[in-house]
Amino acid sequence: MSIIVEGARKEFGDFVALDDVSIQVPDGSLTALLGPSGSGKSTLLRVIAGLEQPDSGRVMISGWDATDVPAQKRGVGFVFQHYAAFKHMTVRDNIAFGLSIRKRDNKEIDERVQELIQLVHLEGFGDRYPSQLSGGQRQRMALARALAVEPKVLLLDEPFGALDANVRKELRQWLRRLHDEVHVTTIFVTHDQEEAMEVAGQIVVMNEGRVEQTGQPTDLYEHPRTEFVMSFIGPVNRRGAMFIRPHDLELLQVPAPDAEEAMIERIVRLGFETRVELLLPDGQQIWAQMTRDEAEFDELAEGAIVYARPRRAKVFEANGEPRTEELSAAPGA
Amino acid sequence: MTPVAPGARAEAPPRPVAWPRLGGAALGRGLVTAYLSLIVLIPIAALVAQSIDGGLDGFWTAVTSPLAVSALKLTLISSAIVVAVNVVMGTAIAWVLVRDNFPGKAIVNSVIDLPFALPTIVAGITLLALYGTNSPVGIDIAFTRVGIVVALLFVTLPFVVRAVQPVLLELDQEMEEAAASLGAGPLTTFRRIIFPNLAPAILAGAALAFARAIGEFGSVLLISGNLPKTQVASLFIYAQIQSGNDTGAAAVSVTLLLIALVVLLVIGRLTHWTLRHDR
Repeated sequence: MSIIVEGARKEFGDFVALDDVSIQVPDGSLTALLGPSGSGKSTLLRVIAGLEQPDSGRVMISGWDATDVPAQKRGVGFVFQHYAAFKHMTVRDNIAFGLSIRKRDNKEIDERVQELIQLVHLEGFGDRYPSQLSGGQRQRMALARALAVEPKVLLLDEPFGALDANVRKELRQWLRRLHDEVHVTTIFVTHDQEEAMEVAGQIVVMNEGRVEQTGQPTDLYEHPRTEFVMSFIGPVNRRGAMFIRPHDLELLQVPAPDAEEAMIERIVRLGFETRVELLLPDGQQIWAQMTRDEAEFDELAEGAIVYARPRRAKVFEANGEPRTEELSAAPGA
Repeated sequence: MTPVAPGARAEAPPRPVAWPRLGGAALGRGLVTAYLSLIVLIPIAALVAQSIDGGLDGFWTAVTSPLAVSALKLTLISSAIVVAVNVVMGTAIAWVLVRDNFPGKAIVNSVIDLPFALPTIVAGITLLALYGTNSPVGIDIAFTRVGIVVALLFVTLPFVVRAVQPVLLELDQEMEEAAASLGAGPLTTFRRIIFPNLAPAILAGAALAFARAIGEFGSVLLISGNLPKTQVASLFIYAQIQSGNDTGAAAVSVTLLLIALVVLLVIGRLTHWTLRHDR
């Protein structure tokens, strides 16, 4: 089911959480609301769920105006960062909750719960209480609970935010696969651009209560429309008016046009990736990103002098479209 | 077999010596046992001894006398009513104090504890003046069983409120939002999510309120008017002591204690059951 939010505004006292926000989420898509904390992404999600009432604006769920419909009647599944597990109920009863208040018969509920327990890989945990589960298991239970009532829309508020880095990675991929299986229109909130890029088909970048840009992950990375999007999605070096991705910075052994002299301060090796931290003559620090092989081929060493040349850079002008400058068109040319 | 290992071991901080912990535990247990014996167990043992001073027959005769039976019955019934009202109203008050915001909330919050601070005899006088024969509000419940219940309600007010309040403060409100998003209305959410999580605290408050109600003396002394139909157990016991029947007084007291013990054990089992998910 498609979701449309039109001109949503929400204030908490003096704080403007949502400032005229409009988004469109196509049917069956997996969309990320991405932004720093306080950007309004969670508020927007809660407005869509009906857990928060917007001061103005409308929420449409599959063409149906849901603005004044209470949360319990929206048919929206919601997953919370801290699981919101019903701690006095077993895993089975947690998952069955939505079905049991819909007064389905017990046999049907049992079957559906068993199905969901398998879907979220919690076989054998049905009779446990949430306090006996790990964080990742609790969140999978919460997901099954939300999916049990076959929601039109699944909303996840920083679903992996409270989990260990390893579990988080695993669950991300799992959510991606789950979405391919279940196909329910899904929106999840995250402040982690890598998570958004990896999982979502569409990303809505938010900042200070406003939508900065909406698009596919690669689109946002390659064609950011604002400085904020450029620096929030992927790392960036700023040099005057130019925004340069660290992997667009090449290090030469000899002076060249457009290349700046720089001293290698530190080399950080992260397996495949190598980060070279550079100090420019005016004291600014920038960094370049390359593969381990490239760094070894160039025999880069801490303390050495190199010449840093951007292959391409973005310039954002006050009025009009951002401009991409191709400074050395083909790498290595 | 690296040469580093022995050196590293030598530098490790010395292991804490075991005896302070063990000694501390033993000392603590001993202290608690001695204290409880002095304050609770020995007096109760003396009371039990006193109650069977005239043999078991004497005990039985004292406890089954019509006046004793009616006093015990009245005590238990009024205490049960008091507990029931407290469970509902105490939870409601705690709810309002935690979830609502209104001017003067801090004052209302402090007022809850006043029944504890007031000498109970003063509470009795006040209730009698307000709801007695010359009631300024036109309610006369002096010398009635209703009056007894009102007096007991007054002195037991804080127990359930104060037991439920902190639990309600800590209750994860996202559970309620999750329930709403799954289609639960406010009543269902209360019944299936909030209440089960408050139940242990409500039971704890109910146990305290019950224990206090069956033993209450000061606040009911005046409002009962010393009539047989409003004589609760504590007043009956006092009357027995006044007339020199110490054994009879002790026998009824022990019976009261036994009933209290059984009720508290039942409530304990119930609490245990409501907390099954925390084990």
